[in-house]
Amino acid sequence: MSEITGNEIIHQYLRHNKKFPHVLCAGCGHGIVLGTLIRSIHSLGIPRDDVVVVAGIGCSGRLAVYVDFNTIHTTHGRALTFATGIKMANPKLNVITIMGDGDALSIGGNHLIHAARRNIGVTALVLNNNIYGMTGGQSSPATPLGSTTMTSPYGQLDKSFDTVELAKGAGANYVARGTVFHVRKLEKIMTEAIARPGFSLVEAITPCHTQYGRKNKYKSPVDMYKWMKKAAISVERYEELPEDQREDRLPIGVFVAKDRPGFEERYFAMKAEFQKKTVKGGK
Amino acid sequence: MAKKDKGKSKVTVYPDWCKGCGICVEFCPAKVLELNAQGKCTVVREEDCIRCGFCELHCPDFAIVVRDKEFPQKDKSENSDKKTATGKGA
Repeated sequence: MSEITGNEIIHQYLRHNKKFPHVLCAGCGHGIVLGTLIRSIHSLGIPRDDVVVVAGIGCSGRLAVYVDFNTIHTTHGRALTFATGIKMANPKLNVITIMGDGDALSIGGNHLIHAARRNIGVTALVLNNNIYGMTGGQSSPATPLGSTTMTSPYGQLDKSFDTVELAKGAGANYVARGTVFHVRKLEKIMTEAIARPGFSLVEAITPCHTQYGRKNKYKSPVDMYKWMKKAAISVERYEELPEDQREDRLPIGVFVAKDRPGFEERYFAMKAEFQKKTVKGGK
Repeated sequence: MAKKDKGKSKVTVYPDWCKGCGICVEFCPAKVLELNAQGKCTVVREEDCIRCGFCELHCPDFAIVVRDKEFPQKDKSENSDKKTATGKGA
């Protein structure tokens, strides 16, 4: 038998004492994101004890339960604050936060922008399914303009957040977007995001058929994947498109890639410098 | 990843983990998979599999495994009806 590949790798990283299949609905993309995350960590060769997965509340919060890393399931919107604490306490750990769109952009919106500004060495995965799925389908800050949800039966009146632009503006080190249809690309992005210093944000577009799709003329989960296949376009090609054709398209790829040192690096460098000064002064 | 690999792989579906979302069935380029009467995915034309890996990568429930056929000679003698999906049972 040749070496194991694909889903057999993922099976090794799961907690088999938890109830499987997982709680997520049929056709939910969150499972694909979890699989991609596991493959990225496996390809980087990071031992599982050096990985911390911090999850917030919501459908995406359930993902941390199933993987055999160090995991915590935190309060709503505060995944990044817990992650900041963990990273500062032990900078050797690879801290990955899994947040939903409501978790990251609404309840934890302030934490997101300040984590990006501070450039703390955490990888933030934002699983954008355009809706608050777990609580019954209320419209979230990522719900597209005009789409029907439980709390906007005549169409959403607000414009949705552009997570990528938000993170860019807040000064994140690495900002990228992928979809669960383009898994290979998402895996590449995620691997790079984990390997980079400083704050990296990956927005993964995942469909929520149960709460969002059914109310917006997607008859099956498959239709939502077809939409992703059709709408997604690489950033490079998106920039070449004329303005009038851009509206329905979804640029995916890497938007920002810098190598600025993370907050924890700067902090420990400063600490070492002061310790040196004190020793000299003491003599 | 290509047509030269056609018929060299073994596709296994774990019916206990499958939720029948139909993503693998819809996008499989060789139409290897189909939904059965219970609404679960089953392998029907395994010999057509070109090992693109789509089903394995896109299964949200990690219920599909595609791997090499272990020993081609041995497999020939005992294959035929065993080729369909075998359950792992969680």
